[in-house]
Amino acid sequence: MRFSFSAEQDMFRDTVRDLLADRCSPGAIRASWDEDGRVAGLWAALGEVGLTAVLAPESVGGLAMKEIDLVRPIEEVGYAGVPEPLAEHAGVAVPALAEGGSPGLAEAAAAGEITCSIGLGAGGRYVLAAEIADLLVMERSGELYAVPSGVITLTPQPSVDQSRRLCEVDFDVADATPLVGADPGVASDRAVLFAAAQCLGVARRLLDATVEYVGTRHQFGKPVGSYQAVKHQLSDVRIATEFAAPLVYRAAWSIAAESTTTLDRRRDVSMAKAVASDAVDRACRVALQCHGAIGYTIEYDLQLWLKRGWALSSAWGDARFHRDRVSESLGI
Amino acid sequence: MIDLDLSPRYEAFRDECRTWLLDNKPDRALESMDTPGGFEQHREWERVLFDGGWSVPAWPAVYGGRDCDLMEWLIYEEEYWSSGVPGRVSANGVSLLAPTIFNFGTTEQRDHFLPRMAAGTDIWAQGWSEPDAGSDLAAIKTRAIRDGDQFVINGQKTWCSRGAWADWIFCIVRTDADAERHRGLTYLLVPADAPGLERRPIGRLDGEPGFAEIFFDDCRVSVDNALGEEGQGWAVAMAAAGSERGLNLRSPGRFMAAAERLRVLATELQSSGDRIDCRLRDEVTDAWIRSEAYRWQTYFTASRLMEGDELGSEASLMKVFWSEMDLELHATAMRLLGDRGELAPDAPDSVDRGAWLDGYVFALSGPIYAGTNEIQRNIIAERVLGLPRR
Repeated sequence: MRFSFSAEQDMFRDTVRDLLADRCSPGAIRASWDEDGRVAGLWAALGEVGLTAVLAPESVGGLAMKEIDLVRPIEEVGYAGVPEPLAEHAGVAVPALAEGGSPGLAEAAAAGEITCSIGLGAGGRYVLAAEIADLLVMERSGELYAVPSGVITLTPQPSVDQSRRLCEVDFDVADATPLVGADPGVASDRAVLFAAAQCLGVARRLLDATVEYVGTRHQFGKPVGSYQAVKHQLSDVRIATEFAAPLVYRAAWSIAAESTTTLDRRRDVSMAKAVASDAVDRACRVALQCHGAIGYTIEYDLQLWLKRGWALSSAWGDARFHRDRVSESLGI
Repeated sequence: MIDLDLSPRYEAFRDECRTWLLDNKPDRALESMDTPGGFEQHREWERVLFDGGWSVPAWPAVYGGRDCDLMEWLIYEEEYWSSGVPGRVSANGVSLLAPTIFNFGTTEQRDHFLPRMAAGTDIWAQGWSEPDAGSDLAAIKTRAIRDGDQFVINGQKTWCSRGAWADWIFCIVRTDADAERHRGLTYLLVPADAPGLERRPIGRLDGEPGFAEIFFDDCRVSVDNALGEEGQGWAVAMAAAGSERGLNLRSPGRFMAAAERLRVLATELQSSGDRIDCRLRDEVTDAWIRSEAYRWQTYFTASRLMEGDELGSEASLMKVFWSEMDLELHATAMRLLGDRGELAPDAPDSVDRGAWLDGYVFALSGPIYAGTNEIQRNIIAERVLGLPRR
């Protein structure tokens, strides 16, 4: 039993964090809204540091690492507010393509040469970034398929978050490649896990931004962050992230662990998403309240994370949905 | 590196622990440790644990422990609470005072006090709070004036858990009458039978009299009873405050056991025909999830501590979390029980002999003792988040 990340895992996380801080500023995110939704050069840069190759085996040029190695970098994706389908691509599509017997596609995806997104079961009805994706990993009747962009029909379903370009996707399975051997249950658990990781990152970003703001904003001659009413709300957000994070990391470990059964894995993932959704919900409420009116404006960057928080809280199953799944596993 | 499986060594330890506890579990439930008879029954249980080598497993063997590492201690605690053996009347000494003795005690103090504490020979109570010094602990007024090789203590302590029958009391007193606030305080160990010491039980909300106030009237103790340096009492005390709030006082084991009992209660009520709506079901599950969150956060923290890190103000995060988790858990139980919730243990329809009501009333004290949660949230805001003090 050892529950601490290695120096290498820390370094990888820091590399991703620094890269995103540099290349994915709020200005760059806003600029992406006027274009095709992409941040120029970001995808290639993340591919170069290996983020897209973490869950691919060496046979397709991957790093052959596990979910536990990817979970904190994806948390950073939430922290930075990345408007691209990184979690979907690196966390779900790449391993599904590799496990599903499509080494050529897996290799291109692991290298970041193509962009993939996913559409799975109940939680993934609306597909993120389907308009720009080269390839979609889709679930149909309990099977996974690799679906090239040329054969899909899209119905846009615009989101409150301008960075999340959602579509309903239709396709004919005759035009798709079955990913035989890729388990849709595992794919779905990965999607939930990495959504939970992003929730955690968004919650932390909201907390950091708010702590900074209330430390400088003065009213009645002193920082508003010196008032207990403000302090206590922010402490509650810190408590929520503190106790959500280990469950998210635990779920990341469970997915790849041989000692966990399918039921354990699913329960661990659902516990993680339930607490991460709750944490980001609270972070959104508190961040806006403690910012006051400035937080309610479209110009101020807080809105980027508020809206991402609202979206991710319910994407891939909200807290109620996942608590319900845990209830079933507990026999209640 | 992360490996969340237990190694065979830890699995074997868990088995050894579980087997011993089940083999030595008292035949009948003990009376409350906050009654005179129950107090002595619990002292006897401490002796049974000590004789088996299980009263203070994390301590060095020379003081009666078995040199367990932090993971073993957490496993022990999980087994301890899930086995349903009695609670620990020695908890105040073992979790709050002992770390301070290990850190600041002289060789003589360690050799004398620690084995007696491990064996239940000396049961300790905490004498920190005063009528005018609760959350504002630095407002302590009880004075101890040096007279040769003795301190002469005058003043009053209050809200002393187990204080009515404890053998010893660990106090913070003002030894420099001219110093204010955090300065001029000394950490002092006082035998409860010292002349000039009187105690009066305070009826607690649950009706039990183990809680006490303590009066000092020219009470004399040797200067050798100071723990750490004279005048350094605040620093000495605060070193243990971290353990009280965090890991030492409340390991995950007891909450995991309580959440599991709650789950069982819900399923039993359900199968006997009670309707549990989806909201209540969510609450039960949430209690279970929170106990898991606390468990994994603790393993996460313990891994860090085993690598040489220290627990600082983050202990406040844990204190708020476990105390409010415990309260919510028991409030959920009360809602599950509905109109049976208020029934006393001897009522014909009482469920689990009124244990949930007792647990609820006790859980209500969690956000108050060991530093109120309001104070903890201030600490989190100022020392963890770095918000301005004023």
